[in-house]
Amino acid sequence: MTDRLEGREKVTGTARYAFEYPVRDAAYAAAVQASVGKGRVASVGAEAALRLPGVLAVLSCENPPELSDTSDGELALFQSRTVSYRGQFVAAVVAETLETAREAARLLRVEYAEEEAPDVGLRADHPGLYKPDKVNPVFPADTEQGEPEEAFAGSDVRVDAVYTTPAEHNNPMEPHATIARWNDDGSLTLYDSNQGASTVQSTIAKIFGLERGRVHVVSPHVGGGFGSKGTPRPNVVLAAMAARAAGRPVKFAVPRQQMFATTGYRTPTVQRVRLGAGGDGRLNAILHEVAEQTSTVKEFAEQTATPTRTLYRAPHRLTSHRVVPLDVPTPSWMRAPGETPGMFALETAMDELAVATGIDPVELRVRNDTDRDPESGLPFSSRNLVACLREGAERFGWAGRDPRPGARQEGRKLVGMGVASSTYPAYQSPNQATARAEPDGTFTVRIAAADIGTGARTALALIAAETLKEDLADIRMEIGDSSFPRASVAGGSGGTAGWGTAVVRACEALRGKLNGAVPPEGVEASADTGDELKARAAYARHAFGAQFAEVEVDADTGEVRVRRMLGVFAAGRIINPTTARSQFIGGMTMGVGMALMEQSVMDREFGDYLTRDLAQYHVPACADIRDVDAAWVEESDPHLNPMGAKGIGEIGIVGAAAAVGNAVHHATGIRVRDLPITPARLLPEL
Amino acid sequence: MRPFAYERATSAEDALRRHQDGAVYLGGGTNLVDLMRLGVEEPARLVDVAHLPYDQIELRPDGSLVIGAAVTNSAVAADRTVREGHPVLAQAVLAGASGQIRNLATVGGNLLQRTRCSYFQDASKPCNKRAPGSGCPAREGEHHNLAIMGHSDACVATHPSDMAVALAALDASVRVRGRGGERTVPIEDLYRLPGDEPQRDTTLEAGDLITAVEVPVLGVPSRYRKVRERASFAFALVSIAAALDVDGGRVRDVRLALGGVAHKPWRARRAEEALRGAEATEESFVRAAEAELEAAEPLRDNAYKVPLARNLIVRTLTELGEES
Repeated sequence: MTDRLEGREKVTGTARYAFEYPVRDAAYAAAVQASVGKGRVASVGAEAALRLPGVLAVLSCENPPELSDTSDGELALFQSRTVSYRGQFVAAVVAETLETAREAARLLRVEYAEEEAPDVGLRADHPGLYKPDKVNPVFPADTEQGEPEEAFAGSDVRVDAVYTTPAEHNNPMEPHATIARWNDDGSLTLYDSNQGASTVQSTIAKIFGLERGRVHVVSPHVGGGFGSKGTPRPNVVLAAMAARAAGRPVKFAVPRQQMFATTGYRTPTVQRVRLGAGGDGRLNAILHEVAEQTSTVKEFAEQTATPTRTLYRAPHRLTSHRVVPLDVPTPSWMRAPGETPGMFALETAMDELAVATGIDPVELRVRNDTDRDPESGLPFSSRNLVACLREGAERFGWAGRDPRPGARQEGRKLVGMGVASSTYPAYQSPNQATARAEPDGTFTVRIAAADIGTGARTALALIAAETLKEDLADIRMEIGDSSFPRASVAGGSGGTAGWGTAVVRACEALRGKLNGAVPPEGVEASADTGDELKARAAYARHAFGAQFAEVEVDADTGEVRVRRMLGVFAAGRIINPTTARSQFIGGMTMGVGMALMEQSVMDREFGDYLTRDLAQYHVPACADIRDVDAAWVEESDPHLNPMGAKGIGEIGIVGAAAAVGNAVHHATGIRVRDLPITPARLLPEL
Repeated sequence: MRPFAYERATSAEDALRRHQDGAVYLGGGTNLVDLMRLGVEEPARLVDVAHLPYDQIELRPDGSLVIGAAVTNSAVAADRTVREGHPVLAQAVLAGASGQIRNLATVGGNLLQRTRCSYFQDASKPCNKRAPGSGCPAREGEHHNLAIMGHSDACVATHPSDMAVALAALDASVRVRGRGGERTVPIEDLYRLPGDEPQRDTTLEAGDLITAVEVPVLGVPSRYRKVRERASFAFALVSIAAALDVDGGRVRDVRLALGGVAHKPWRARRAEEALRGAEATEESFVRAAEAELEAAEPLRDNAYKVPLARNLIVRTLTELGEES
């Protein structure tokens, strides 16, 4: 139980975030967004803007800043006149002050030609849908085993339903922000808010034609990301371009309103799930077919149906992904991309199967457990789904549940309980780290890992202290800097597992080197886990969990409030219970938001997201989260990494929305298959 | 944000004098400053009136209240006389915004806040309220939280204030200092329906300064109920302010106002009319609600507001009936 090591700095405001670095002589950038949904920029009139005192430079396609690599359309700013979606950055201004920059941006006259009506509507029968070569990151788009269609048709009990989830936006507290400074030697320093300094370093180096070592990315504290900062966004490129054009350091933070078009979001989905089972609830066929969107700028194909490949046993199986390029902002990672919307559909369908068979929803999931990964046939490194379901049911008081929908009423409130499974892969990437013994008896451990609020810094320090058999107080954990050994991105719940392995190996190597007194220059050891990972035995490695929710639905208004929620997880060894619990309940809270309120509303005429601030885009407020608790089962898994740890950043959200939705069905008898479950959706059925 | 001048008024007369050449009064700034950042409002001059001596809540001997226009929302909600004598008002204020916003927002500014329609807030799109004659994309676009009553082809926006809904039910008036001196305007006459001039939210004239709100004595049970997707910090899908006086099983008096349904706080006069003298039963409440909502003209995606408003009227009156 260790508090965040940097907790005091954060609550007292001394922890520095990207925009806050006291860079001398800094100027400010403001970006202009396309006001058409599809077309071409005919001209950018900069006269009025340039007349404003304090304006230093205008960037646009009229005079495209030179880039060495333009292969990523989202990052190739101002290189083309094509407008691919409304809100795309089409120009920018640099000025002495932020206010001047914004006013000048407003004065730019962007004229458009060949404007066309944008196509922004995702639907399951869109003629542009195609099968991607792979889905994020490298999964096959389709899988099939047995004779799924025939087996489904011949099953005693069948569920066949279509589920939709809306676009959702990550909305970290700290916006995407960068300070860029070109140094006298031609190198570039970036104070940047991101989920991986090494990734930003290599991407930006390529774009600006620099050797990797000539780009220095500084990111010790990051105010959230949820995946949106996992890959560099236009803000970094814009800041670097602007600094070059102005000949001064430039600060650029993406205003909240502009984040909705330019910093990624979760694709909306249309999912058809078919479950065929015997009267005993044992699955015979599982079919999960997904339609989702990407932009015309680049393909992002999300792996929505992949959890269905792992979760339950069934001899006949089919999963497929189809994606359509629309005139929309480019979707990207958002907390458990793929698994989160996919598991809403699958786990709601499982609840429908429970209702259809009359089998208790917990028991139904237990009955369909599997000891081998159903599609790959690999053994699981560990799998404790059943333990999570059983322990969760016990702790939550599931046994007293009257299975009849609408059975429990308290005044004008309808009360119900729901359950859903969770699963998320236990990813791990190659990493490097150094550990150093200092002459004063302390130790310095370095890795370019990112702490985006997860407690990663603290977990890594604990891992180092344990490996070195030293006090935590003697460990100096240094992360968030691209000059440190190269690290994988904080994403895919792979941070602690991947970085931690490198820290363990570096500390082990250091212990091997320590022999008597430490010389004045210290003793350093380093590690690279690339070979170790390649040599790992083949296992299906996943975390599992069970989510329980109790909701009340107001019979007069259709308002849904989650009274209590419990998640029980099996995620290997928990390194630090304090921050782990925060990760779990944070994910569950985000799942409550997904279930009940989060949606980015697309305007069909103009082609942009209308919900553009936190007053319009609703995430749960404190009053919505009454009693959310997380627990975990002891799990010892020798096939993961030296810590025995699985990632925990994402397992908390997976399944949470389905648990809430299933509880709403239990409370009311109404099945809402289209998220979010709002009064507008629920009331007409009540 | 466009450059602007900032001036602090020292008195109502001073404020009036300074209100010229594209000036706008500034209260707590919780709405106006947002709109300036969005480029929706572009005043050349802000005349700060938050520091004028209108920061007291006065309880008059008859139990009525005079609430100064510069009193913060937090102070209204926390005031003991308000909570005891006009609970509907305290509840409405607490249902609005967040604690941080209520600490800054003022009564005068609250009443004059502008719609949260997403087209109005986005200066890159047409909007008859923001740019008269440019069109109303909300009518065919995203309107699931917009008006079902009293809207026009030109505008389907709703008024966002919770406080105004309670004040409408309370028969409150605003004191206005204008170029022609001081006058009193009933809340119902302060706000207007959009018609073909949706850019005008109120009947105030240029330079008019709200100095106080007068709230008559109530003396019967009252309640504010606000329906929304999340439990706080969200605008109403539909809200209701109600007060009910039952005597011998019959309705002696009733006040009903709805929020989130129209361009202004919607005083439900037809429902009130149907209820006065009627038996205080659920059947009467249903009849009254339906009488009111006959006038509803929901748009494509907000028809749910009609049963929502009906249920709210019936449920709130039933609960108040049980209290009286």
